[in-house]
Amino acid sequence: MIFFTKLLSPKSFYECSTHCLPWILMCFILFFSYGLIGGLFLSPADYQQGDGFRIIYVHVPSAMAAMAVYLVMAICGILTLVFRIKLAAIAMSASATLGASFTALALITGSIWGKPMWGTWWIWDARLTSMLILLFLYIGFIALQSVISHPENRDRASSILAIVGVINLPIIHYSVIWWNTLHQGPTISKWGTPSIAPQMLYPLLSMLVAFMLFYAFILLLKMRQQILLREKKSTWVREILCISTK
Amino acid sequence: MHFHEIIYMGGFGAYVWPAYGITFFIFGLNILSALLQKRHTKKILQQFFKDENPS
Repeated sequence: MIFFTKLLSPKSFYECSTHCLPWILMCFILFFSYGLIGGLFLSPADYQQGDGFRIIYVHVPSAMAAMAVYLVMAICGILTLVFRIKLAAIAMSASATLGASFTALALITGSIWGKPMWGTWWIWDARLTSMLILLFLYIGFIALQSVISHPENRDRASSILAIVGVINLPIIHYSVIWWNTLHQGPTISKWGTPSIAPQMLYPLLSMLVAFMLFYAFILLLKMRQQILLREKKSTWVREILCISTK
Repeated sequence: MHFHEIIYMGGFGAYVWPAYGITFFIFGLNILSALLQKRHTKKILQQFFKDENPS
């Protein structure tokens, strides 16, 4: 508990992230390489979709990462509003562009996959539309952050948006169950009756972990910069800057 | 597996490879954005300390 309390101080977090970053990068490279090679070359072709199904290895991880990032932002929003934790506000702000890029990637790769399988690039299907709404939520969040100059007001307003927008996550997840859609049902969330062969599943799980590690890596890099800017009047920032500019 | 088969992907190469290409592009953009932010922060902080302590 003391460790977590200490980690909430910007200085301790900055120092801890310095040690964590190389490990996160190394793990990302390992998981991404296995996922990429396994997904593209080692897993067998699908009996219905042939090699076209290999888009799943970038589409599903990006979609799940997009949702996970938004959930992290909403949790950070609560921590910012209720407990006024500075680091939570910084994490929320640093996550937005990453989440938006994952959502855009999920929509683009889904569209590329849809063309040979459904015969169309886009359809106003429940899953696709709810993902598009998630992208608009991210864009709205980024716009809101850029228009409010006062840090406390900006954190408060964007926290509220992040928390309100979280209602879209269960809609995205259950859209394929609640509505009759072109999009296929859950593939890897059905742990009881998995609908994917192990040779196809392991690279997919590896890619999922790789996407989350990539998020953690970029998030830490961005948070470190924002911490330095917000804490620029502290002595420790001066010391770090002097060391790095020698 | 021949090179041609890898590129052709059973007729789906035109869809599979662009999807992976876009993934790499978006990953690259995120890395570039983080590196640019680092450079920008360094400049702002150097200016801040210079203004604060002109000597």
